[in-house]
Amino acid sequence: MSSEPLLQVRNLTTQFFTEEGTVRAVDGISFDVYEGEIAGIVGESGAGKSVAAQSIVRLVEEPGEIVDGEVYFKGEPIVEFEEDDDGDLAPTDAMLTNEEMRRNIRGREIAIIFQDPMESLNPVYTVGGQLREFIEINREVGTSEAKAIAVDMLREVGIPDPESRYDEYPHQFSGGMRQRVLIAMALACEPSLIIADEPTTALDVTVEAQILELVDELQEKYGTSFIWVTHDMGVVAEICDRVNVMYLGEVVEQAEVDDLFHDSHHPYTEALLASLPRPDQTVEELNPIEGVMPEAINPPSGCRFHPRCPEAREVCARIHPDNRDVSEAGERTHRAACFRNDAFDVGYDESPPLEMTAGSGFSAGLTGETDAEAESGGEAE
Amino acid sequence: MSESVLGEEVSADTVSADEVAFGETLVELDGLTKHFKSERGYLAGLRFKRDGTTLPRPTYERTDVQAVDDVSFEIEKGETLGLVGESGCGKSTLARTILQLVEPSEGAVYFKGENLAELSGEELRSKRKDMQMIFQDPQSSLNPRMKVGPIVEEPMKAHGMFEEEAKETDKSAAELREERARELLEKVGLDPQHYNRYPHAFSGGQRQRVNLARALSVNPDFIVCDEPTSALDASIQAQVLNTMRDLQEEFGLTYLFISHDLSVIRHISDRVAVMYLGHIVELANKEELFENPQHPYTESLLGAIPVPDPRKAGQRQILRGDVPSPIDPPSGCRFHTRCPHLIAPEEYDLTDEEWNAVREFVRAVMRRTFEANSEEQVRERFFDGTHPGGDAGDVVDEAISRIVLDEWETANELLQESFVQPSICASERPAYFVEPEHGTGEHFAACHLHRDEPQTY
Ligand code: SF4
Ligand code: SF4
Repeated sequence: MSSEPLLQVRNLTTQFFTEEGTVRAVDGISFDVYEGEIAGIVGESGAGKSVAAQSIVRLVEEPGEIVDGEVYFKGEPIVEFEEDDDGDLAPTDAMLTNEEMRRNIRGREIAIIFQDPMESLNPVYTVGGQLREFIEINREVGTSEAKAIAVDMLREVGIPDPESRYDEYPHQFSGGMRQRVLIAMALACEPSLIIADEPTTALDVTVEAQILELVDELQEKYGTSFIWVTHDMGVVAEICDRVNVMYLGEVVEQAEVDDLFHDSHHPYTEALLASLPRPDQTVEELNPIEGVMPEAINPPSGCRFHPRCPEAREVCARIHPDNRDVSEAGERTHRAACFRNDAFDVGYDESPPLEMTAGSGFSAGLTGETDAEAESGGEAE
Repeated sequence: MSESVLGEEVSADTVSADEVAFGETLVELDGLTKHFKSERGYLAGLRFKRDGTTLPRPTYERTDVQAVDDVSFEIEKGETLGLVGESGCGKSTLARTILQLVEPSEGAVYFKGENLAELSGEELRSKRKDMQMIFQDPQSSLNPRMKVGPIVEEPMKAHGMFEEEAKETDKSAAELREERARELLEKVGLDPQHYNRYPHAFSGGQRQRVNLARALSVNPDFIVCDEPTSALDASIQAQVLNTMRDLQEEFGLTYLFISHDLSVIRHISDRVAVMYLGHIVELANKEELFENPQHPYTESLLGAIPVPDPRKAGQRQILRGDVPSPIDPPSGCRFHTRCPHLIAPEEYDLTDEEWNAVREFVRAVMRRTFEANSEEQVRERFFDGTHPGGDAGDVVDEAISRIVLDEWETANELLQESFVQPSICASERPAYFVEPEHGTGEHFAACHLHRDEPQTY
């Protein structure tokens, strides 16, 4: 692992401007991706992990907009903001143009794999034809050479009998085979980084295992870095080197995978792990996290997890914990946004415990904005 | 609050004549089979021939989809039987066939000893009250234009519940049903005040609770749960699973719990059945099945799940290939096209090592996963130092020379004929009982590896 990160994300902020108000989908997240590593972004639905992935390649859809932060890829500014003369935030002149993103970054340098391969494959063209065209355009090679590369890639990702399957249509492929085709497409331009957004979620477990093994092999062979977006802690444990845990638009914990699972410094991560039924041991009682994740349109005050946090104290509802290094001297970097850690000095220990406001889980607030529980986090900070 | 409405119903049931005691058979499946007719060719892209190779062209003849084939097991009152399998294995069709929502092609379902197929329309309708189902997607199963209270009352209304009771009290049947709906909302962990809300105001987990309340409203004995928590986030799933367990205990419910998720199955089930391509391949007590799996498919499935612990990562066992189509499925053991333990035909005298090499070679040719430039290269890749002698060796040599001539199909047919079709795995459907290591319950394993074990029955 080289010391300079391949990708640097700082304070990235993406908002959706809706009739109901501003949804703070990604609210100032920071993390790095180093060469040759698989960085995980894990969280439940609504945590903002997919929007985070889209923001990195500037593919946020209306009414969403990146409003602040920095993303540097090999030093190039994919996202960069500065204050203009009126003191408002605006993209800098150096920030890559849409044209530059399309031509130089997406596909070539950073490839993307989505959950549903049918979104990326055109049903009316053959699989091979699409792959060949993609290679022709992006690698500037002739048709016959592109075809040869395409067949090689299909074999490489484990498509049986690639010469004849080259001429088949996407619907003639199984879900797992389609996902392999997308991986072939992603690899075709030998990118430095692949962003995979829940790529195995729709697959059966034995097919998922095949894909994870394939990714492992390819990663070793090509040294490609990955950002792996998932809700599945099992998948995280299986393939990620470092993990970012997202909750309600924020990265609340960031650690090497072993530290995250065996020495977590954030109650949300701990609670999430404790709520999981396990395949390798019989868990008699599950410990669910109380309540539901509130909507990002009106997040709770202070620590956003405080209405559901079993460790919450009065101070947690008042002050917002930033994400900081909580590792002891000599330990690997481990960041967490929780006052329980000594790195914070806000009087957590002296603060009186907070009654859990998320309700008893079952009677937790409706998702509608009219409910008292959902409003428990009225004023932001 | 008035426990009365719930209480009465339970006690009314306990005195009824057809009551089954806990631990006795509530539901029995006897050779249950469901084949669909398919005349369309859209499954053609994934068609496999008997030997597991793909057909080059889509086919359009009338075909039989063997979704569920000769399935027999019993479900005891008060237990949760987990049914696990991957998509397309037939588990949802099996559930619907049990409830007679689709008519079985063959075989029978007995509920409290009665053959459901022999009941009249009216009798079946009233039996349905005792057998409810909840689905994966709570959203689509709730009418968005109805408030949740009336949603919960709907089945009670359909079955004319409280019509009699209303005559003896000063309340109307509708009032009694509303009372029960409110109590049930509370039982499933919702706020009874939400009676007048519409489904869209609820989160996914809460909608699944509404479904539970609705299923419970008619006081069933048996609930078929088809992937009820699969659409939910982990933390919410845990809440709903806990509630389902509490309800089971309180109301003496029996669950058939269908899921693709082995972790959930391990948590919720008492016994577990594993399904592959329309067959039950293994059935045992939960602990026995997870700790002492005896069918290679179950082993592969267990080996494939990512465990939420990085210290256990990388120990996976990878199953190759795709599930064959249920149209014209593999003969004998349906897993034989992919099984890592496919048994060698008796006519060959091969060492384990030789047979492993042959088996791997046969599969690689079937799936065409390698390029063949020369005979030496192929031999080195698959038979480095283990080349089998005798007849088996001759077949392998012949196949290798065909491949190098680019005659893959001929090579494949030769290998299938010589090494796969003569195997007991391809000729006989296996069904054995094995000695359990955990507990005393029966352990069924449909695998010929157990053909020499003494059968106690
Ligand atoms: S800051 Fe407080 S509320 Fe937030 S996670 Fe830590 S203990 Fe819980
Ligand atoms: S019967 Fe044969 S093919 Fe089937 S699971 Fe057993 S060993 Fe494998």
